[in-house]
Amino acid sequence: MSTTTTPAETGKPEVAKPTAASHLNAYWRRVRGGDIGSLPAILGLIVLCLIFGSARETFVSALNFANLFSQSAQVIFIAMGLVFVLLLGEIDLSAGFASGVCGAIMAILLADHGWPWWGAIPAAMLTGVVIGFMLGLLVAKLGIPSFVVTLAAFLGFQGVLLRLLGGGKNISINNSFVLKLANSNLSVTMSWIMVIVAVLGYAAVQFNQIRSRASRGLVTDPLGIVLMRIGGLAVLLVVATAVLTHERSINPAINSVRGVPIVAPIIAVFLIIWTFVLGRTRYGRHVYAVGGNSEAARRAGIPVDRIRISVFVIGSFMASIGGILIVSRANSVDPNTGGSNILLYSVGAAVIGGTSLFGGKGKVINAVIGGAVIAVIDNGMTLMGYAAGTKYIVTGLILLVAASVDALSRRRAASSGAR
Amino acid sequence: MAATPLLELRGVNKSFGPVQVLHDVGLDVYPGEVTALVGDNGAGKSTMVKCIAGIYTIDAGTVTYEGRKVAIHSPRDASALGIEVVYQDLALCDNLDIVQNMFLGREKMSGVVLDEPTMEQMAGDTLAGLSVRTVKSLRQLVASLSGGQRQTVAIAKAVLWNSKVVILDEPTAALGVAQTAQVLELVRRLADNGLGVVLISHNMNDVFAVSDRIAALYLGRMAAQVKATDVTHSQVVELITAGRSGNLGLPSESSNGNGYADITPSGDER
Repeated sequence: MSTTTTPAETGKPEVAKPTAASHLNAYWRRVRGGDIGSLPAILGLIVLCLIFGSARETFVSALNFANLFSQSAQVIFIAMGLVFVLLLGEIDLSAGFASGVCGAIMAILLADHGWPWWGAIPAAMLTGVVIGFMLGLLVAKLGIPSFVVTLAAFLGFQGVLLRLLGGGKNISINNSFVLKLANSNLSVTMSWIMVIVAVLGYAAVQFNQIRSRASRGLVTDPLGIVLMRIGGLAVLLVVATAVLTHERSINPAINSVRGVPIVAPIIAVFLIIWTFVLGRTRYGRHVYAVGGNSEAARRAGIPVDRIRISVFVIGSFMASIGGILIVSRANSVDPNTGGSNILLYSVGAAVIGGTSLFGGKGKVINAVIGGAVIAVIDNGMTLMGYAAGTKYIVTGLILLVAASVDALSRRRAASSGAR
Repeated sequence: MAATPLLELRGVNKSFGPVQVLHDVGLDVYPGEVTALVGDNGAGKSTMVKCIAGIYTIDAGTVTYEGRKVAIHSPRDASALGIEVVYQDLALCDNLDIVQNMFLGREKMSGVVLDEPTMEQMAGDTLAGLSVRTVKSLRQLVASLSGGQRQTVAIAKAVLWNSKVVILDEPTAALGVAQTAQVLELVRRLADNGLGVVLISHNMNDVFAVSDRIAALYLGRMAAQVKATDVTHSQVVELITAGRSGNLGLPSESSNGNGYADITPSGDER
């Protein structure tokens, strides 16, 4: 059409420049309208930390804080991958054992075949990609519900893992690089450099966005809000790093333990990559579109099948990294690696963090926040001496609460017209 | 008024398994005109639109676009030609905002990154060009819009791409009186801007309010394609319900020589 250059005064929607107050107001309206995102999870996390912190002093110790990272890493990684699968309204029940299989392949290549880490780790990741591709192909091309495909794969991979481990033996690894991944810390200097890079990088992205929008006369977020976001991130990172750079070894003279655990920047890197992919690239936009209305996406010319396959590939790829980290943390792989409650914790993490089980709504950060909630419950209740049974019951209840919040906010959104 | 059609369908057949939905259907769409496509439920209107849009591929027949024969195999082919469809069920994603929906599948990029400022600006300009004033913010989710606003977004999405043919499937079906008037006004404006518009509707008032030509489908056959000024309300209703009206429309037993009623009676028997 040739009229797209008509002067703006013919009726371009005029929007008043928002102030910090009106921005917060709009946010509150969205929350009340059912668009709550990670808010319940963050509140829950604070409440849980207060409860456990007041009940057990060890909970707030630097050592325990550092432990939380390595304890939750596998769940967080699987959950980050699951966010993509859940965004399409699908599910991947096999992610737990897929991560176990990938971890076992790395361990076998390292221990039995003498591969270097730079061969074994990519091989494990490639295994994840292949697994995801097969799952996605079955779901997208044959049209089998993902629940069934991945349930079958859940059983199958459990068997594959047993066969790989020769009927149940335990394979230990002693590759120092792999062991460092989940068990070592950045140096104190390096920790602070990472914090500075992260805060400056975030600020640069935010200001760049404002500049490019303002230069075209588009509405920008108020400066106060942007500064608040940057400040919030800075405070969070500085406090966390300050705690983590404290000496947390029981006997510092023999073995000093200080610095941010290496898994933290690994999580951060993947968080940034996938957040960028979902929020700023065409592929990410298409994932949301297929999750929101796959028929509309198809009519818009989006290759729906390929998107569907790709989310399973990403899901299993992230599971493989989770598997690598869990093998690193345990120094070994056994038939239950990635089994028991890992998968359910991961689905729980994504959902508790605010990813909708109904598709179309969710962010990668949800997996990290939700994973933190799960890790805190698990860790805190162990410290308080509760039995495993009680922990499962509580985790189950919290997942149920999160799923109810999701369902209720959907209903609320439907009635308030905001989805 | 241009003498040659922008889009021309001839002898189009489409079957789904044993069911033949379209029998040798023809249709002409002229630039700057609204062509209303009418017909009863199940007459094949939506199927025809989906054939033009590339969602279904045609079994036989020709599609001529701007004077040359084209083959449309996918929605991408159709939009590459400049044919856009606004569907009855809207085909918008509720979880995306207005700008995201308008550019869905054809996002503007700068490098690998989505070029949001450009997209937002273009979306704003397009809505302004269509004199749309009802939308509060371009960044509100489509789910929060009213039916008329959603229809407006869907139409704006279709005209964003310098398209030449816009097909609207029942754009007013779910709308109130005021919103219907708004959307019809928008439809008329599209044609006045030189586009070929195809309007599918059940509502005779809508049809006579905006259209220049009327094409009536009856049981998968094109009963007649006439100028809106040459027929009356009741003649169109007869064409829709009986397939003919006086000497217009499909022949009763023997052919009466209407150009659009080219039937082979045994063709669909099986």
